[in-house]
Amino acid sequence: MSAIPMKDGLNETRQGSTGPVSFYDLDEHEHPDGGSTMLGFWMYLMSDCLIFAVLFAAYAVLGNSYAGGPSPKEIFELPLVAVNTAMLLFSSITYGFAMLSMEEGRQRVMQMWLVFTGLFGLAFLSIEMYEFATLIHEGAGPTRSAFLSSFFTLVGTHGLHVTMGLIWLVTLMVQVQKHGLIAANKRRLMCLSMFWHFLDVIWIGVFTFVYLMGTLR
Amino acid sequence: MSDTHATTHDAHADHGSHDDHAAHGTRGSYLKGFFLSVILTAIPFWIVMTDAFKDPSTAALVVMVFAVAQIVVHMIYFLHMSGKSEGGWTMMALIFTIILVVITLSGSIWVMYHMNTNMMPMQAAADM
Repeated sequence: MSAIPMKDGLNETRQGSTGPVSFYDLDEHEHPDGGSTMLGFWMYLMSDCLIFAVLFAAYAVLGNSYAGGPSPKEIFELPLVAVNTAMLLFSSITYGFAMLSMEEGRQRVMQMWLVFTGLFGLAFLSIEMYEFATLIHEGAGPTRSAFLSSFFTLVGTHGLHVTMGLIWLVTLMVQVQKHGLIAANKRRLMCLSMFWHFLDVIWIGVFTFVYLMGTLR
Repeated sequence: MSDTHATTHDAHADHGSHDDHAAHGTRGSYLKGFFLSVILTAIPFWIVMTDAFKDPSTAALVVMVFAVAQIVVHMIYFLHMSGKSEGGWTMMALIFTIILVVITLSGSIWVMYHMNTNMMPMQAAADM
């Protein structure tokens, strides 16, 4: 009967170790600093995933509306996309190595891997910019057809994420240089790690659904 | 009841002490994930670029299977997903997200396909 704590008798139920079981925690949990950051950041990534889901859905619906303009097969250059994919994949593995170096506490090695990650990310962005510029120059810009509008929105949003990731990367490298591998910096680096790998996962969807399946159509 | 309580507390304690290094792979696991990704990327590109399949819809299906496989590889080896991380909550969030993504994608494609099919052709509307 007394197992259910009364409103004004909360503390009484805590008295006596053999006493009744409370069904919820009455005492404060210990919250280590940043203990829930990873879960919270994961939640952010999942909501970001939904943004991309909507953009993918828009592309799936509008991807056939050429309005007399070019079709995917005519404008996509798969070798370029393959190189781009390789760049992002390389940047993922170098970031992984940076995290391993962070674990070992080797700051300079970690910074070196982060530089490689940044360079691969920059290469990815440059190739994407080149691709966009070529398309717009050919008259296949985002205003040409619904297909191209949805294409530029989807791929451009991914590119913006990579840009933000690069800015974040440089910021963290400066932070680590100034303050060293303190707990807060490690936590931030782990968040960026998730972000970076997440972008690679999104890119798998992009090159499969947009480029490969577009060329097949 | 007290049993579940105890395990919850254990998970919390675990979480606190492991926080700094629980979510990391080893050099081996990163390399394994990387090589798997390279293979799973190269094959679909090869399929499309060389027209390995005569039937485009078969090719599209195979390419999609490779994409799903690669996403799983990335989740496990790079994002270190497992049913145990953060007491199972990341997995719950992931499953929920996948459900929403599937509803969004399949729902949009389904509804818009039927709308396009049933919509009056532009020319017919102009003739009226």
